[in-house]
Amino acid sequence: MIELWVNVFLVSLLVIITFYIMRLRRLIGIVALSGAYSLTAAAIFVNMDAVDVAFTEAAVGSGISTILFLAALRYLPVEEAHETRYPVWSLFLCGIVGLMLIIAAFALPEFGDPNAPAHLHVAPRYIEESYPLFHIPNVVTNVLASYRGFDTLGETVVVFTAGLGVIILLTGSTLSMRFKQSATSSDNQTAKSDEETRDA
Amino acid sequence: MMFVAVLIACAVCIVMLVARAASGPSAFDRILAVNSVGTIIILGISLHGFALGRPEFVDISILYAVLNFLGTLAILRFYRSSDTSDEDVV
Repeated sequence: MIELWVNVFLVSLLVIITFYIMRLRRLIGIVALSGAYSLTAAAIFVNMDAVDVAFTEAAVGSGISTILFLAALRYLPVEEAHETRYPVWSLFLCGIVGLMLIIAAFALPEFGDPNAPAHLHVAPRYIEESYPLFHIPNVVTNVLASYRGFDTLGETVVVFTAGLGVIILLTGSTLSMRFKQSATSSDNQTAKSDEETRDA
Repeated sequence: MMFVAVLIACAVCIVMLVARAASGPSAFDRILAVNSVGTIIILGISLHGFALGRPEFVDISILYAVLNFLGTLAILRFYRSSDTSDEDVV
């Protein structure tokens, strides 16, 4: 009973935060609110007992992506550009897709239902056989690292490549800007002190 | 029962904080409100664990506390090193 009401409250909070993210124009406020959004989503995952998913959501959504957005924000204007046209057609399409998703959600099995198809296929085998086979006490770790080892390796490569791309994009831009700054300013001393304050 | 009452109090606080974060006149109001939302959610996770009789989830709230602090620190650092003028931002 408590879980249900906590869920209702948190989901409606998500809706409210999304509404305000749409309405805000200041980019810094939007970034801050999206951090709050993913912390709230992580709280929902904790409420559903998916603690490992909540850990990931909190670390990536609330921590790293906020910091990345802020790093990217340094190269953007303070405020979002004003939208003059109202895309009615897109709104209509989004509404239709949302409605279809909601209708499809009614056909899903009950939350925590032991007879759901996902719990009947390979999950009993993982729970029964994984410990005698690999001697890792955590079943989730076992599935990710042993049964789906190659899959996890591929995911790690993808994430690594994405991180590398982001680092190259952000660092390259910073270096060229610094280079231009020091090249254009006749006084090298000010550029150097500027750089020092930035590094401090 | 007591835990449920405190959870409801947390919910009321979060609603008020989100209202402040949305309507805050200055950006610092918004940042402070969002940071407080994080703090209250940490409190809510701990309380939720105790209310349902599973207090093992306290370590998650510790992780969230660290991340929340980190996020706020990053935002404030952005302010310090931002190239835009302060009057424009605030």
